[in-house]
Amino acid sequence: MHIDKKKCIGCANCVPVCPMGAIYIAQDRLAEVNSEVCVECQACYRGMSVENLPQQPTRFLRGLLAFFKLRFQPDPDICPTGAITRDELVWPRTLRRTFSDPLVPHESTGIGGRGTMEVKTNDVTERIKEGEAGFTVEFGRPGIGAYFRDVDRVCRALAATAAVFEPENPVTVLMTDAKTGKIREDVLNEKVLSCILEFKVKITEMPEMLKIVEREVNHLDTVVALGIAIRCDAEGNDTVRKQIEALGFDAWRGKLNMGLGRRTNPQPVPEVKS
Amino acid sequence: MTNTLHRLQRPGDPKDDYVVFTLASKGINDVDYLQKTRAFLETALKYNPVNVAGPTKYGPMYRPEKKLNPFTLYVRGRHEAVTPAELLEEVKYPGQALVVFDSKDKLEGFLKEIKALDMGLSVNVSSLVDDVREMAPRTGVKPHSINYALGFRGDLYQLPDRQVLGLTTMCGHGLISSNFAKKMVDAVKEKRITPEKAAGYLAKFCVCGAFNTTRAIRILKGDTNLPATVKNGKEKSNATP
Repeated sequence: MHIDKKKCIGCANCVPVCPMGAIYIAQDRLAEVNSEVCVECQACYRGMSVENLPQQPTRFLRGLLAFFKLRFQPDPDICPTGAITRDELVWPRTLRRTFSDPLVPHESTGIGGRGTMEVKTNDVTERIKEGEAGFTVEFGRPGIGAYFRDVDRVCRALAATAAVFEPENPVTVLMTDAKTGKIREDVLNEKVLSCILEFKVKITEMPEMLKIVEREVNHLDTVVALGIAIRCDAEGNDTVRKQIEALGFDAWRGKLNMGLGRRTNPQPVPEVKS
Repeated sequence: MTNTLHRLQRPGDPKDDYVVFTLASKGINDVDYLQKTRAFLETALKYNPVNVAGPTKYGPMYRPEKKLNPFTLYVRGRHEAVTPAELLEEVKYPGQALVVFDSKDKLEGFLKEIKALDMGLSVNVSSLVDDVREMAPRTGVKPHSINYALGFRGDLYQLPDRQVLGLTTMCGHGLISSNFAKKMVDAVKEKRITPEKAAGYLAKFCVCGAFNTTRAIRILKGDTNLPATVKNGKEKSNATP
């Protein structure tokens, strides 16, 4: 992201709206973006309303009011002059936007967001089966952000276990080899708002895997949001919650696939070879 | 993406946060997807959702205004959200639809109707698991799969306070900044803006429409009842959503 100095009036409204705290007021009393910290999420560009005022008269008015100890204060979600602009991104910086801006789809999955459909469509895809536990480890959430070098550390540790990385997940796609969990070198210093690592294990391996994940993430300079997806039995019940709680985790909140999905498309007719 | 999963919430919270969304899988149940999406949203409208998102060109109900000028700002007044009915009119192509309810009764009524419609789309509810389990026999739906939120781990000292986290985690994509949420909390405390206005400002940054304005207003008023964020290992049970 970039602040157009020809338009900015230095009202500082954009400073708090940046989820990464990348926007600041510089020596010239105008806003600037710290490009190392910025994750290209577009929250400032897309989320702020724009008043389209001309810079010079507005700055003059602002100065005049300040002289009389008054304040020019637009609504907190407004950029008065539309000074926030987008940069043309090149690899590997494009990765920041792909992971941080939910409206940009990943090439690997074709969907926006940072992971896959996990259990959202499990009633028709059966991706997570009975007896399996699907882990989601979201690095950088909530609101802290994460470098891929931190993700790399955890991926390598998990690769040495029974974890099976989800092949269509955008983080798995960045691995040079899913067997080692190593993330490609050129993206390690890229920061994103968050990214989700997805992998499956057998339910019986879940307690051990939780311990490994917890041990590894405690070394990180960020936070993670942990999730475990499971398949319920025919009556809609599961025994996993008790196991999770017995391990010292709370599992009172969840996303429940209500089992209403079914095949409605006509079955494809197999081609008959003449 | 687990954008509605990790909201800071615990069982004793007021029952005012239920996110429901529907989506199709390509080649399995995506025939007549547009009509099904519209039917989902039309049904939701009967239950007065507090936020709605669908496959529209302009985003969810709460959206920023890009063409403000002194006249629209100071004479006409701001137009900070469209109504759910207006949003439904904008749904012209198929895609994921999402609605947020602020009461359990609304969710129950909605689920009953959606079950009766039998559209074949995958329907997910993001909330306290026990709430959905309790109403499941009455709605006729049984959970097929569950993604449990196990909370936050890592360097939890970096997290903001519970009031701010309660607001920011309602945008799972992380587009609501904790600094901005704090600014809104302080502005409400100082009575410079109303909680309703502040919730509206925050909601505009959430592009997927999962932000619950009713819950945000409650939190902005200071009624948080949220778990404390503590360093992991000490009070783990309090460090989870």
